[in-house]
Amino acid sequence: MYPIVLLSVLGIVVLFLGFMKSKSVLLPATLLFLVLALASNFIDWNQGKVLYFYEMLAVNNLTLAFNAIVLVSAFMIVAMTRGFQDQEEAQPAEYYGIMLFSLVGAFMIIGYEHLIMLFVGIEILSVSMYILTGSDKSNLRSNEAALKYFLMGAFATGIMLFGIALLYGATGSFNLTDIQSYVSIQGRGVSYILYAGLLLLLIGMLFKVSAAPFHFWTPDVYDGAPTIFTTFMSTIVKTAGFAAIFRLLSHSFTPIYSFWWITLAAITVLTLLVGNIIAVYQNSFKRMLAYSSISHAGYLLIAVTSLSPQTENAILFYSLAYSIATISAFGVLMLVSKKKALEGQVDESYAAFNGLAAQNPLLAFVLAVSMLSLAGIPLTAGFWGKFFVFGSAVERGLVWMLVVAVLMSAVGIYYYFRAIIAAYLKEGDIGKIRIAPFYRIILVVATAMTILFGLAPGIFEKLL
Amino acid sequence: MMQQTPPIPEIIQAIPLQSYLILSTALFVIGIIGVLTRRNAIVIFMSIELMLNAANLLLIAFSSYKSDASGQVFVFFIMAVAAAEVAVGLAIIVMIYRNTRTIDVGFLNKLKW
Repeated sequence: MYPIVLLSVLGIVVLFLGFMKSKSVLLPATLLFLVLALASNFIDWNQGKVLYFYEMLAVNNLTLAFNAIVLVSAFMIVAMTRGFQDQEEAQPAEYYGIMLFSLVGAFMIIGYEHLIMLFVGIEILSVSMYILTGSDKSNLRSNEAALKYFLMGAFATGIMLFGIALLYGATGSFNLTDIQSYVSIQGRGVSYILYAGLLLLLIGMLFKVSAAPFHFWTPDVYDGAPTIFTTFMSTIVKTAGFAAIFRLLSHSFTPIYSFWWITLAAITVLTLLVGNIIAVYQNSFKRMLAYSSISHAGYLLIAVTSLSPQTENAILFYSLAYSIATISAFGVLMLVSKKKALEGQVDESYAAFNGLAAQNPLLAFVLAVSMLSLAGIPLTAGFWGKFFVFGSAVERGLVWMLVVAVLMSAVGIYYYFRAIIAAYLKEGDIGKIRIAPFYRIILVVATAMTILFGLAPGIFEKLL
Repeated sequence: MMQQTPPIPEIIQAIPLQSYLILSTALFVIGIIGVLTRRNAIVIFMSIELMLNAANLLLIAFSSYKSDASGQVFVFFIMAVAAAEVAVGLAIIVMIYRNTRTIDVGFLNKLKW
């Protein structure tokens, strides 16, 4: 609850700081506010389940851990924005303010107890994202991405709302606990309206986390948006979205598991196939990362579908590993493509990394570790993420789904290693890239975390 | 003499719940078809609003049949949030119109796999 209140107020403070002549105070202030929010997040730690805002928001250790992942990712991403305040047309105060507000939406959908909270939270998160996607106003690609994201997002919201209305009609309440007690009393005898409502609500939410067949907006939007906001979308929206889906299904709809798991299993397998196979054919690194984010949605869906006691840990660890690796991959891409853009050509393809290792060994190493982690190679956090996810599927006995997932992660190795091969084995004259000290620290810390959690995943469970 | 009007829930309940369900489902489907077939960004946007209003109608009908106010409260939230969404959406459409002088979505083909 505290980070929600704090960031709502501090977001407005950031907007006012934008009136000052000197823009240089904005970045440190935003980072400080994020640290404050992270500190306030842990006031409720180990208090058990606490309800706030007239029982509309629940707080427990799980939601706090998700909040912390979101805040840490946001801190890293904001720290990497150094430099865009120097651009002439950029309005850094507005962007930082909107980023802080969007985090409020993320916290709301992580801990909602009432469907109004879910709806308002998703809207805060998505409307902020529409603005940030279109923030490069004179760039046609950014415009197109913003319009596509907006139309598809609003469409998904409409579907989701109709689903909520039907759920309300069937159960007579928006409260997750009331819905749960209705479903467990009725058992399999619940009315068909409830089934339809649940399906529409799930479709709306799966749209937001870009699961196939509702993924078609993802590559275009991720490709067209400014890279820094693509990073924001692919980590924070995904983490919060999966926390929300998991909360809905595990909290309210476990009694009718036999109804929804088949649908979700089909969507999972389709997401894995589509994400991984189309990613192979991409030439743009940025677009490949968009498809990779679809495929990671598939792995996370395996954990949600199996819904075993391990699931919450698996989702938590997986989203942390995925977020850190994605942030460092996009961080390297931003540096390289900025260097290329200064030389007069925007290049976000694999070829942009050619010869990276020769003069920029640090960047090449960061890129390699993040790719290994995304591919799920042992000794990185991504491996243990996949391990926990697959473990929860085994517990539920979904072995056939596991076979698909393992095959698809083998496919994944191909396209992730293309970036490593480009960086280490291909020839190219990329020149020395200057990295700001703070940027360097963030990249090193992200890489260190990936390796640390890869060597000792137990640390994470001890923290919990 | 003013004619005595019955309270609003009773007026709503004069029509069976099933009719509301059918009407709002029809509106919802019309909205979906509009989104999928139209080429003009504004018309797509109007179709989305139609979907939202279908949900609003359904919520009102259920809320009055169940004599429970929370459904109507939800409708207020939907209307407020939809207004915010309209503000951002129209701004995006204006931005595109400034750059391309058209709002036909067929024009959006810079990004393809």
